[in-house]
Amino acid sequence: MELIELAMSRNNIRLISRLDIKGPNLIKSIQFDGHRVLGTAEEFAEIYYNEGVDELIYQDTVASLYKRNSLIEVVKNMAGKIFIPLTVAGGIRSINDIRNILRAGADKVAINTAAIENHDLLYKSAKVFGSQCIVSSIEFYKKENGFCEVWVDYGREPTGINALEWAKKVEDLGVGEILLTSIKNDGTGNGFDLETTEKISSSVTIPVIACGGAGKINHFIDVVKIGCADAVAAASIFHYNYAMPKEGHTMQFNNKELRMGKEIDSGNIDFLKFGYGGQRAITVEPSSITAVKELMNKNAINTRV
Amino acid sequence: MSKQNIVIIDTSIANIFNVQRAFHKVGVNTKISNKKEEVLNADKIVLPGVGAFSEGMAALKKNNLIVAIKKAANDGKPLLGICLGMQMLMTTSNEDGVHSGLDLIKGCVKRFDGPVKEKQFKIPHYGWSQISTPKLAPANIWDNSILSGLNNENLFCYFVHSYFVKTKKPIHTIGETFYGNNLFASVIKNKNVTGCQFHPERSSTDGLEIINNFVNIKG
Repeated sequence: MELIELAMSRNNIRLISRLDIKGPNLIKSIQFDGHRVLGTAEEFAEIYYNEGVDELIYQDTVASLYKRNSLIEVVKNMAGKIFIPLTVAGGIRSINDIRNILRAGADKVAINTAAIENHDLLYKSAKVFGSQCIVSSIEFYKKENGFCEVWVDYGREPTGINALEWAKKVEDLGVGEILLTSIKNDGTGNGFDLETTEKISSSVTIPVIACGGAGKINHFIDVVKIGCADAVAAASIFHYNYAMPKEGHTMQFNNKELRMGKEIDSGNIDFLKFGYGGQRAITVEPSSITAVKELMNKNAINTRV
Repeated sequence: MSKQNIVIIDTSIANIFNVQRAFHKVGVNTKISNKKEEVLNADKIVLPGVGAFSEGMAALKKNNLIVAIKKAANDGKPLLGICLGMQMLMTTSNEDGVHSGLDLIKGCVKRFDGPVKEKQFKIPHYGWSQISTPKLAPANIWDNSILSGLNNENLFCYFVHSYFVKTKKPIHTIGETFYGNNLFASVIKNKNVTGCQFHPERSSTDGLEIINNFVNIKG
């Protein structure tokens, strides 16, 4: 018994920054909708690396729709600067796509849409590149009746597939991990879908990365202790922390300068310029990577410090 | 840029480019190759790898690299095995049957013991874990190794593996790590031959320091 508790206390939980990317920009949605530009993806990626995040996920938000991943350039540009594990997701449809993305500097790819259309892709790619390279991205929406339905095309298309069944299936197909995103919780800051995360994490033997809903530091504790997540990915709670104005400490945006250093002229940049009325438009309590890790460690959840 | 001729053995696995980028970051241009002449001419050799042990060894055999790697190692050239590359340094592996390795460090490769109860931990071991000096090892065992100068009370590196190494001689284990129910060898060293189970190329600034130490090891 003592050994078990010792073992449990020593397993480190990974803290992951998820960057949803459109073109060169980091964007953030609420329930996969209403994307606002928060800065450039490259600038945020470098900040997260320097702040000690354990891994990064780059999610191309329009790739699946256009049937191609456009992040190769972003991945390549950052590969010489960032030396932590990187997962790239969005629009990955073939062995060749995977090879190109890994070559550009990714360690893993996460596949959702193409795997639903062609289950064999997960099996084949795990054989070719090894399970550790292939992540199954499961994006689900929990209906009123509790049914967790898998959605594809970055939250645009329902599939009728049960997320729990699909999770068991992808494990059999040989993937190394599951990135589990609750569309309903995404961007809301209301916390993770603990029930579904727990159900799925305990029914598979591969690690589950919980994603969608982190809004307060406590949510990270809950999703590990109650949700049994093996890793936790978050976006808004970190984005809004590091997207603070370079000068000054307010988020009321009295002046019209962009908050991040680089000029951005594409996408919906109203938030960058005017802040949509400031703090009220932000659904999370912004927090640093360090603060989250400190609280996790205090609660007997070990992380890399 | 350092003028050393460091060859990264092409194991046809994509992450070798990130190994190359990490060496570039610390100031060394490396060559990715699966040609035995280039391996024999190298000043230092890096043997990366992910995937199954038997397939990794088969790939080396196919390119006639087994003899070349052994010769280079026996000639005293610094050799660094990473992840599966470390496991291939050993005598045997029990992954899907019993397979012979390069036998440059005596010992074997075993699978992690499974959880005693549900939800305890998962295999593979994915993530950042701590590397410590083995309890019975001399305190200065990290000196002149790839771990030289690193903090032995706070060194975390990134791991992805289901199998681990056990060296026959305890003195060949210079770093150890705990996962699940197993305390395992995360860094091994026998003279000029070194192996690390984690990925230094993905282990942030400490990982880069480890690569820099390998660059600075006298060949």
